[in-house]
Amino acid sequence: MIAITRGLLEEIRAHGRDAYPEECCGALLGRKEGRAQVTRIERIENARGSERVRRYEVSPRDYLRLERLAREIGLDLLGFYHSHPDHPAAPSAYDREHAFPFFHYLVCAVSAGQPGEITAWMLSEDRGEFEREPIGEEQT
Amino acid sequence: MPHILLPTPLRPYADGAASVDVAATTVAAALTELVARHPQLRKHLYDDAGRVRSFVNLYKNDEDVRYLEKEGTPLADGDSLSIVPSIAGGALAAPPGEAATLSNEEIRRYSRHLIMPEVGVEGQKKLKTARVLAIGAGGLGSPLSVYLAAAGVGTIGLVDPDVVDDSNLQRQIIYGVSDIGRPKLQAAAERLRDINPNVDVVSYETRLSSENALEIFHGYDIVVDGTDNFPTRYLVNDACVLTGKPNVYASIFRFEGQASVFWAEKGPCYRCLYTEPPPPGLVPSCAEGGVLGILPGLLGVIQATETVKLILGNGAPLIGRLLLVDALSMRFRELKLRKNPDCVICGPNPTVTKLIDYEAFCGIPQEEARVAASASGIPEVTVRELKGMRDAREDFVLVDVREPHEVAICSFPESVKIPLATLPQNLNRLSTADEIVVHCKMGGRSAKAVQLLRGAGFRKVRNLAGGIDRWAQEIEPGMPRY
Repeated sequence: MIAITRGLLEEIRAHGRDAYPEECCGALLGRKEGRAQVTRIERIENARGSERVRRYEVSPRDYLRLERLAREIGLDLLGFYHSHPDHPAAPSAYDREHAFPFFHYLVCAVSAGQPGEITAWMLSEDRGEFEREPIGEEQT
Repeated sequence: MPHILLPTPLRPYADGAASVDVAATTVAAALTELVARHPQLRKHLYDDAGRVRSFVNLYKNDEDVRYLEKEGTPLADGDSLSIVPSIAGGALAAPPGEAATLSNEEIRRYSRHLIMPEVGVEGQKKLKTARVLAIGAGGLGSPLSVYLAAAGVGTIGLVDPDVVDDSNLQRQIIYGVSDIGRPKLQAAAERLRDINPNVDVVSYETRLSSENALEIFHGYDIVVDGTDNFPTRYLVNDACVLTGKPNVYASIFRFEGQASVFWAEKGPCYRCLYTEPPPPGLVPSCAEGGVLGILPGLLGVIQATETVKLILGNGAPLIGRLLLVDALSMRFRELKLRKNPDCVICGPNPTVTKLIDYEAFCGIPQEEARVAASASGIPEVTVRELKGMRDAREDFVLVDVREPHEVAICSFPESVKIPLATLPQNLNRLSTADEIVVHCKMGGRSAKAVQLLRGAGFRKVRNLAGGIDRWAQEIEPGMPRY
C-alpha cells in the first residue's frame, strides 16, 4: 500500500498530459515508516532521447541529485512514476526487467492526451514479477 | 579507505547502511567485498552469469567507471564508489536496437520456432523487438494480430475506433458474444495479452486520419493494411511511402482476395497499381456486397506470414507481386507489378509530398452531396405511414427491388418482387395508374428505382425511407435484420 494525496496524483496526471505523446517521468519522495507515504513529487527530464514516446530513463546524474535532495530535506526516495501514452496503466515486461526492489512504481495511462488511471507496482523479492499494490488516496 | 555509497533501494540488503567502507583497491574487488559482507545484494547487483547487471551504473566520485578503467578502475583512500541504479522503463516490451533476451518461459513457448534454422534464437529476438501496426481490427486484423501475438512479435499496435457488433462475429474471430457492444480494441487487447503476455499491445481507439497517421506510424517498423475502404487504403499507402515503411496489403470481397507487399524503397506502391480510386459506389464494400467469413482468415494469415518474413529478413516477400485468391475455385494466381515511373508519390518526380484529404480524393463528399441533391426530389413515405396504409388496407402497390437471396431473409408477403437490375424490362408489371411504394434494404436502391420509374412516366411513386431495415427496427421487432 502506498499513500498519496489526491493533489499529488493530479500533479502526476498533469505531467503525463504535458509530456504527451511522450512518456513523462518523475520521482516520489516521502517517508517509509511501515507504509510508504508520498509527500512530494519531482519532475525529471526524460533522458531517453528519440525514444521518449515509448521509453523513459532517469539519467544517473538526476538520480544522484534526487538522492541528495531527499537527504537534504529529510525524506526518502520512495520510487518513480512514469506515463504510458496510449497504453494501459500496467507495467511492461521492460518495466519489470528494469525495476529495483524497495522502490514503488506508479504508472499513469494517458489516452489521446487525456490522463486516466494510475496504478502502483512493486517488484517481488525474487525479481520474478511486478506485484500490484493498492493506492491509499488521501483527500488533502 | 574507499567507501561504497548505496542507493536507497539496496540499503535494506545492507542492514540499512547508506555507506560501506571497504579495503579493496579496485572497483571489482570493492564489489566482491561488499557482496561477501552482504550476500543478499548479490542478486540485485549481478545477473545469473555473474556479470554486473546492465542497469547498475558505477561512479567513482563523479565519473562513470565505464569511461575510466571499468571494473579495473583503482580506488584510493577517500574515494567514493556510488552504485547508481539506471531507472528506466516504458510501455514498449523491448526497445528498437536493444538486444532482446529470451527468458526460459519464452524459450519453451517458441521452441517450435527456435529449432528451425530460418528462425532460431536470432530470428525470435528479431520478432521480439519488432513493432507492427495493424490498421483495422476487423476481418483481416483478427487473424493477423492473433498470429503475430502468438509468434512473439514484441509490439503490436492496433488502430480501430469501432465497437463489436454481432454481425462481426461471422469472420472477426478475435471477438466473442460477450464482447458485443465493447470497444473492439479493449476486447482485442485482452485476447492478445491472454495469448501472449510478453507482447505489448498498443491501442489507438481512433480513426486513422491525415492528421494522426504520420505520428502513429513513427513508432513502427511495418504497417499492415486491414481496412475496408478506399480513403484509408490510399492514406495508409501514402503515409507508408512518406515514412519509408513497408505496407503489407490485403483486400477481400465475397469469395475473392488480393495481397501484396507495397514498399516504395524496394518496389511498387499501391498507387503504382491503382493510380486513382474507383468512382464511389462502383465497388461495393463487404457490408453491401457480403464476404465469405473465412476469406479474411485466409488473407489475414497471408499478411501475417509476409509480416513475419519481413521481420526475419527471410524468404521471398510479395514485393512486386499481386497475389489473387479465388476461394470458390480455390485458385491462387499471381500478377507481376512494376513500379510506375510516373507515380505521383513514389516516382522520381512526386507531386504528392504530404498527406491529403483522402475522402475528397476518393470523391466521398462529392458523392454524398450528389445523393443528397438527387434524393431531395424523391417523394418518400416513412415506415409509420406505410404501417398506417397497410393497416387501413389502402389501395397501393408495394414493390421490393432487392435481390432474391435478400427476399429469402425477410419480406412483405404482398409485395411485388422485381430486383432493381431487372426493373427496366419489367415496367409492364406495374401500372402508372396505381399508387406505388418502392422499398429495398436501406432506401438507396429503391430511391434509384423511384427515379427510374418517374423517368418512365410513373407519377404516383414514392420511396420507403430507411427501407425494410427501418421497418424491422421501428415497427416489427420480430423481423430479422441482416
